[in-house]
Amino acid sequence: MSDHLLSTRDLSRDAAVALLDVAEDMADTQRRTVKKLPTLRGTTVVNLFFEDSTRTRISFEAAAKRLSADVITFSAKGSSVSKGESLQDTAQTLQAMGADGIVIRHQASGAAAVLATSGWTRAAVVNAGDGTHEHPTQALLDAFTIRKRRFGAGSRGRDLAGLDVVIVGDVLHSRVARSNVWLLTTLGATVRLVAPPTLLPTHIESWPVEAGTDLDAAIADGPDVVMMLRVQRERMTEAFFPSAREYAALYGLSAARADRLRADALVMHPGPMNRGLEIAGSVADSPRSTVLEQVENGIAVRMAVLYDVLAGERTA
Amino acid sequence: MTDLLIRGAERAGDGVRTDLRIVGDRVVEDGSLTARQGERVIDADGLVALTGFVDLHTHLREPGGEGAETVLSGSRAGAAGGFTVLHAMPNTEPVADTAGVVEQVAALGRAAGYVDVRPIGAVSKGRRGEELAELVTMARSRARVRMFSDDGSCVADPLLMRRALEYARIVDGVIAQHAEEPRLTRGAQLHEGAVSAELGLAGWPAVAEEAIIARDVLLAAEAGARLHVCHVSTAGSVELIRWAKRRGVRVTAEVTPHHLLLTDEAARGYDARFKVNPPLRTASDVEALRAALADGTIDVVATDHAPHSAEAKRSEWQTAAMGMVGLETAASVVQAAMVETGLLGWADVQRVLSTTPAEIGGDASRGALRPGDPADLVLVDPAARRVLASSDLVGRSTNSPYLGRDLPGRVVATLFRGTPTVLDGAVVELEPAGGDA
Repeated sequence: MSDHLLSTRDLSRDAAVALLDVAEDMADTQRRTVKKLPTLRGTTVVNLFFEDSTRTRISFEAAAKRLSADVITFSAKGSSVSKGESLQDTAQTLQAMGADGIVIRHQASGAAAVLATSGWTRAAVVNAGDGTHEHPTQALLDAFTIRKRRFGAGSRGRDLAGLDVVIVGDVLHSRVARSNVWLLTTLGATVRLVAPPTLLPTHIESWPVEAGTDLDAAIADGPDVVMMLRVQRERMTEAFFPSAREYAALYGLSAARADRLRADALVMHPGPMNRGLEIAGSVADSPRSTVLEQVENGIAVRMAVLYDVLAGERTA
Repeated sequence: MTDLLIRGAERAGDGVRTDLRIVGDRVVEDGSLTARQGERVIDADGLVALTGFVDLHTHLREPGGEGAETVLSGSRAGAAGGFTVLHAMPNTEPVADTAGVVEQVAALGRAAGYVDVRPIGAVSKGRRGEELAELVTMARSRARVRMFSDDGSCVADPLLMRRALEYARIVDGVIAQHAEEPRLTRGAQLHEGAVSAELGLAGWPAVAEEAIIARDVLLAAEAGARLHVCHVSTAGSVELIRWAKRRGVRVTAEVTPHHLLLTDEAARGYDARFKVNPPLRTASDVEALRAALADGTIDVVATDHAPHSAEAKRSEWQTAAMGMVGLETAASVVQAAMVETGLLGWADVQRVLSTTPAEIGGDASRGALRPGDPADLVLVDPAARRVLASSDLVGRSTNSPYLGRDLPGRVVATLFRGTPTVLDGAVVELEPAGGDA
């Protein structure tokens, strides 16, 4: 039981495996006709979204509702609250309204950590994506999906030791990549980052990863998983890469590249996808693609996270 | 004005233990002295006496930013830190880019009476980096401006920088550059390095500072003009300045106390008290800056005292204002970073916090606390220690990165032109001077 889930950086292997195991239990309940559990009855969960993200928001909403929590969704995007003090005001307002848990999505890196440590609220904080920092539940659902595909019914209690994962694309701006780097390596996987040098953070020598610029070389090494990151077309105007065509040619997972993957290799994408840019449509729809499983597993993983931070006594 | 007798201080300049008699605005006698009738005696046993500190880089925020600081509140913060001269940066609202504004700031300083407020004039009109401000008119105004800076913004246009350097020669002025190539730091939040990569904060690369310094020392050499580099923060910048000085370029440089003590690791909790521009760098940068200050490559310590309201700082990192207050803690931080490490003695502290900044700023001589010298002085208790609390901060803002941190040393007394502005560690309430003195 934790107070908050702010990042995967501070999750231990055992804590991560335990969370994934709870998610397995949650997934089992979701195969029943009556999916709803009474676990968080009487608990109020606020989805505090300063940034648009329909899929993450409804995933958390579904997870909280299936645990019988009362769910309030607060979409701050587009309203007058968008500047610094608003986070404080909003948090204090939610505290006054009796929020037990706050699921926060924010465009500023560290917003979840600031919320959790500010004293503005006593609620448990779950980071649903903060700027270009982390998106821990996405990494957990990715790990869950990999484990499920690899080990099926024998998943419980296992980590990802021995698996090779390649993460491809805009690592610099990707909270998904950061959360996966920490979580997958903590779980024993080997992670390789592939990106143009302009889209790799500088000074990542201390990260437990290899980094390179050649996708074909990475594919030739026969990875177990290729995780494609969404690339934003706006990056072209900031000189990160010259054109969508050149990006797709160098870093897109085309059908030809996918054909060179091992037969059992997985292709992942956190969505939403730019079909034809970072991933070919046919690859996204192929049997090796886990895109829809990731969405489905997201609910079970978020149920596990909400259960972890909200059920039982808070330690602080 | 009461005459003063300071008893048993160690005079920093020569290390001699001496009494000092102050009459009017001068030191009149030293040696072993006997108290006279009616003379106020300050027991300075165990204290170090230094000439009053001179800050080349203070944001007093007035006019326009009075919610965060005023000339009066900043002057009091300065006095509490042992300062008797503050050079006020022109990034106010309106910008100090005309004789009218710099004279107003200087007059507010005289009215406050705690320190000599020396306005720095903007290099460009509105600090927009497009047209030169009226440098000579500001220099010949009653504010006697000798230092010009667009601080907060870099004079990024190489042509404007060249012209500014050349033109300032008319008054032997110095251009104080905030070295930051704006195209390389758009949206920058934290030093570009391992910590920013992990925290997902847009990086402020060292090269953005170094590229401007490299360009500017070449321009200064061409123009035969004086360049002062504000808040040097990287090891690479130190190398460039060392190279330029060896070639005889008229360049001086400052380092802030926080860049001598703190690193980007402090940002890990996203506590915006540690957000500053230029950003906190790495441990190896800190080491290079300390060595450069010790060997004279960096000439002075300047605070970059940058008060911000609580609202401007209590938010997520990305939206928080950049800057930290530093006047009250400057001497303590220099003691921790430079004296306790054996890199500087107290005579050197006097050099980097008082005499050399006074020379760069074009102020009158500081003297050396000998008979006939000005009675601008500070008494420091180097043996004191304190965990910094917001009650130790006397300015209007409390955005200090040192709150809760154990710091050595304490300013016990400050004298400004013979008048105590701080006694027993507390700021003295002065009668308002009521206008121009």
